[in-house]
Amino acid sequence: MPRLKLSIDGIPVSAGPGATILQAARANGIDIATLCHLKGLIPAGACRICIVEVAGGRRPVPACATRAESGMVITTASERLQAARRQIVELLLAERNHQCPVCVMNNNCELQAVARRFGIDHVRYGFIAPTLTVDISHERFGLDHNRCILCRRCVRVCDQVEGAHTWDVRARGTASRIISDLARPWGESGSCTGCGKCVQACPTGALFEKDVQGTRKGTLCLEKLLEWRRRRTR
Amino acid sequence: MRPIRLATAWLSGCSGCHMSLLNLHHHLLELLLKCELVYSPLADIKEYPAGVDIALVEGAVGNADNREMAALIRERTVWVVSLGDCAVNGNVSGLRNPIGREAALAAAYPAENGSHQRFGSDVPLLLPRVLPLHQVIRVDAFIPGCPPLPEDISRMLASFFKQPAAGG
Ligand code: SF4
Ligand code: FES
Repeated sequence: MPRLKLSIDGIPVSAGPGATILQAARANGIDIATLCHLKGLIPAGACRICIVEVAGGRRPVPACATRAESGMVITTASERLQAARRQIVELLLAERNHQCPVCVMNNNCELQAVARRFGIDHVRYGFIAPTLTVDISHERFGLDHNRCILCRRCVRVCDQVEGAHTWDVRARGTASRIISDLARPWGESGSCTGCGKCVQACPTGALFEKDVQGTRKGTLCLEKLLEWRRRRTR
Repeated sequence: MRPIRLATAWLSGCSGCHMSLLNLHHHLLELLLKCELVYSPLADIKEYPAGVDIALVEGAVGNADNREMAALIRERTVWVVSLGDCAVNGNVSGLRNPIGREAALAAAYPAENGSHQRFGSDVPLLLPRVLPLHQVIRVDAFIPGCPPLPEDISRMLASFFKQPAAGG
């Protein structure tokens, strides 16, 4: 199949057949911010941070979940897009309880990073401040619903890579919650293999590893991962 | 050129933002060459004066006193700046919001059984929700951070000094 030829931000680019707009852009050095996207997982189009405009289209489309087509003329950074992205991040920040200074992922968080990238210095919406729980029933890991942005990276990595499908999403809208098995405490889950992929995939401090210093993701530092493996196999 | 009338105020915060201000070190002296400090918890001035050019406000609006003070600052200040995360989004001061005022009081003062009676006379009444400053008064600029970086504070002040209206 011939390569696709399209234009992104006025730059002519080519992409392999089947590539998404995001892949085409990144392969050509054009960076589009993402949040729910994780390389290797099937796109969910959950966060809409990566929206772009396709000339002739009625509304913006998510770059991570839209196939590139020959002849597309794409804009990634119009004023309208920037404003929409900013609004999305502000709504995410207003929805749950994101107190960065007391979060285990402070300075390593992808939500914080996009907020910084978009220059968000305050949130224009009222904070919902919902009453949420923290599930620390698992021997090694914890889930803090206060920090969850419902990107479903944990759900997808557990299903598509580990093949366990421990995680799912219950309910809709602001009532949505990540659940393990049929909403049982994580520690009692019969399907969880304890692999920790969800913890690695989670972009925020929602999923964390207990008893590790620093980022609470453990393997952001390979040294620490090795140390942990050695401890496990001893 | 008359000196810029600078005020700093401290609502529901931990004073960490003011520590950052002090951490400007020798830049603080340069700052005071341009500015007159007309009100601050770091200075012994009892009343927030009129005709303030710029106010750096630390802390969220968590009680009745904070709310009153915020209104006064707005009324008497040209440029109000939210200094630090508590002012910007409630932050640590707002940690009680998810459980609500009564539950927070019951947790902190179990003997009082969460009753709010002692509050309101000499102890200011806690508001039902801790609010970021810009949800109470109009705010002109924001310096996020817990605590905010001293460099961010000087950058913000420098941008104010550059404004044609600043300093008259
Ligand atoms: S727990 Fe983490 S990975 Fe899972 S949906 Fe929430 S933010 Fe995303
Ligand atoms: S990164 Fe594309 S929708 Fe979330």
